[in-house]
Amino acid sequence: MADFNEENVRRDVRDWLKANWDPNAKLVDWRNKLADSGWGVPHWPVEWYGKGLPVSLGQVVDDEFARANAVGVAKTGIRMLAAATLLEHGSDFHKDRFLRRILTGEDTWCQLFSEPGSGSDLAGATTRADFDGDNWIINGQKLWTTSAHHAQFGLLLARTDWDEPKHKGLSYFVLAMEQSGVDVQPLRQMNGHASFNQVFFTDAKIPPEHLVSTEGNGWQVAMTTLAHERRGAGGLHGTSREGPRKGNIYDEERAEIATVMEPYKWYPQRAGRVDLIVERAKATGTITDSHIRQEIAKLLILSKSAEWTARRARAAQQQGRPQGPEGSLGKLAASNIARACAHVHTLITQTDVMLTGQESPLGGTIAEILVSVPATSIAGGTDEIQRNIISERVLGMPKEPRFDTGPFRDVPRNIVT
Amino acid sequence: MDYSFTDEQEQFRSIVQRFLKEKSPTSEVRRLMETEEGYDPNVWRQLSEDLGLPAIPIPEAYGGAGFGPVELGIVMEELGRSLLCAPYFSSTVLAANAILNTAFESQKLDLLPAIASGERLATLAVTEPNGRWDAAGIECIASPTADGFQLSGTKSFVLDGCLADLLVVVARNPGSAGFEELSLFTLAGNADGVTRRALAPMDATRKLAHIEFNNAQATLLGDLGAGFAPLSKTLDQAAVALANEMVGGAQALLEAAIEYAKMRMQFGRAIGSFQAIKHKCADMLLDVELAKSAAYHAAQVASEDDPDTSALASLAKAAASDAYVRTAATCIQIHGGIGFTWDNDTHLWFKRAKSSEAFLGLPSYHRELLMQQWGG
Ligand SMILES: Cc1cc2nc3c(=O)[nH]c(=O)nc-3n(C[C@H](O)[C@H](O)[C@H](O)COP(=O)(O)OP(=O)(O)OC[C@H]3O[C@@H](n4cnc5c(N)ncnc54)[C@H](O)[C@@H]3O)c2cc1C
Repeated sequence: MADFNEENVRRDVRDWLKANWDPNAKLVDWRNKLADSGWGVPHWPVEWYGKGLPVSLGQVVDDEFARANAVGVAKTGIRMLAAATLLEHGSDFHKDRFLRRILTGEDTWCQLFSEPGSGSDLAGATTRADFDGDNWIINGQKLWTTSAHHAQFGLLLARTDWDEPKHKGLSYFVLAMEQSGVDVQPLRQMNGHASFNQVFFTDAKIPPEHLVSTEGNGWQVAMTTLAHERRGAGGLHGTSREGPRKGNIYDEERAEIATVMEPYKWYPQRAGRVDLIVERAKATGTITDSHIRQEIAKLLILSKSAEWTARRARAAQQQGRPQGPEGSLGKLAASNIARACAHVHTLITQTDVMLTGQESPLGGTIAEILVSVPATSIAGGTDEIQRNIISERVLGMPKEPRFDTGPFRDVPRNIVT
Repeated sequence: MDYSFTDEQEQFRSIVQRFLKEKSPTSEVRRLMETEEGYDPNVWRQLSEDLGLPAIPIPEAYGGAGFGPVELGIVMEELGRSLLCAPYFSSTVLAANAILNTAFESQKLDLLPAIASGERLATLAVTEPNGRWDAAGIECIASPTADGFQLSGTKSFVLDGCLADLLVVVARNPGSAGFEELSLFTLAGNADGVTRRALAPMDATRKLAHIEFNNAQATLLGDLGAGFAPLSKTLDQAAVALANEMVGGAQALLEAAIEYAKMRMQFGRAIGSFQAIKHKCADMLLDVELAKSAAYHAAQVASEDDPDTSALASLAKAAASDAYVRTAATCIQIHGGIGFTWDNDTHLWFKRAKSSEAFLGLPSYHRELLMQQWGG
């Protein structure tokens, strides 16, 4: 393999962009070019649209793209989770069939994991896949599926064996969303947004070659997807390029981002918006209230400490040291911060708390915070589950006794109708 | 001091509870909260004629039933539990008490019977766009004219303000400030010089209005400039009623959470079998029962006209607000993702809890009022 160093990589990518970048190209054409060149996803293997660069040098490439104000491959939404999972567990057929159109943005993906009956207990999925000799036949229901309404493909976790213990009876599939057996219904949240979908399967079909890895190995594959999700590979990728962006390709990219990012519009609010607190306290005059000052200070201490804890975790990772306990605490800290923010916003906003919408403080943002914050301690694993993980895996405390180890068929569960 | 309800009171509670269970399932709450008026006139008529609820706190001399804060508290608790969409707080709790506390005998005889029978909907307009609940925050001006007074200024957060036939408005003499020279006035909701506009409420089950008064002709209630004491008393009574309403809502959330925790299975067992969930439920119960004791106690002392009523009203308002908001958040948490959806009912109470937290003043405001009376 070539001898990679920062200087060489920087020069190569710069030269390549100089020769190829064209803001008036068609977005898909440009991204195909990126895929062929390897500069779209340089840390991917050379056989599959990459350059086999170490991840650490990816930043150099990103910097050069930013400098040239060049558009990259499609990275928003679940697509990068799909790609990472297929790179690790997919067959050459899968990689050949799916990866390029993931990068070009022509195919959108969604993640069909959570179900009404299996949230915290994701491995308790009851959506079934039965092989009829020609195809896998899918029946059941998924929940919380972001982007299902415009996705071409879904990453599906389904049960193929009911006599095995629950983790062993699951298989992982790529499901084509555009078929008659798949019904997508929007799911409205308490904050009024409908960012997610319920997806119902009635004899939906999956050809045998769309099974990823082997039958019964679905949980292992799903863990890969989830690991990438926790690392932040999915969802919330914006572009942070500065400078003028005029040209056809930018227009196409903007339209793409607007569609894919739409479900995430309220996500900043669910974290509580600590960034707004001091300004709001000044604007409302409550900054002089000694009680409110104390509450703001407590919140700032909490949020700063959490930020620095995250930095300690990242520094350890970058230095290749084993992750310490600090790496598991961010999610729980985020819940505490979100709740504290809601409390302080309430103190600052006072009677205006009774209002919502355009006419309410910050054009409805404060109201949206108050009705979105409850999501933080649930989405992506509840606080209770985080505490279990921290106590059992980080602190090494004795595990809870299990009641779900036998054949899945016999495990007590709710019947979802 | 009574620390229990009488048999008659318990019977009364179950009648109210039965009625509300039938008339105000959450499907109805959801339907009505999307309407502009926000209530069902038919149900209001039944609640007035069959149960006589708007008459509860009004003395018999004015067409009422002559009950006190304890019975009113019972009604409020059940209303809070069921989230009935109706102009009860505005008309019966706020306006009727304001008139009772302020008006001359002849005015009470004139105004109260129609409120007691539920035929007239009234409300009290105190708070202004500044959102203050203390009387010193009032800026609305009442200027004397040849045949009465003219009101100028803006009221906000007026409960059922667009709906009310009769507005009771707190205003001050020109040039005055602070707690002095405040008076209460009445005028028709659709009088000349009154411009009403619906606000978008966080809690859609509780309609709010923004009302502008532009030299609107109004009638003085009671003596000019003597409004502070009756207004304070009215707000104390309202705080007691609201505290009781809030504990009813918190109780509904507690029950929903426990029912769900017993039913919902994850990892092959009911989530209620996890100690993390059990302890949350036990803490919720503790929270709700302490808040109930504060709310019931406040209603008791109010019925005895105890001089400590004001402090205890604030105590109850603060306790019930905190308990309600915490219980609502915990109830969502125990429901997991489902608790965050629109179709799950928890958010209806969550929003009522958030809105009630601020209505009549935040807990921090009421804790301060409590300390002004108990801490010197
Ligand atoms: C805003 C939002 C966005 C979401 N986005 C996605 C998404 O993009 N993709 C996706 O797949 N899912 C998504 N989810 C679903 C989310 O992952 C689940 O809601 C979450 O994991 C909890 O599962 P549940 O809702 O089934 O609750 P349950 O698992 O039923 O939990 C109910 C309660 O029981 C507690 N509990 C459960 N097990 C234990 C235990 N072992 N010990 C102690 N307490 C326990 C929980 O903490 C919770 O309080 C989203 C949810 C929300 C609210």
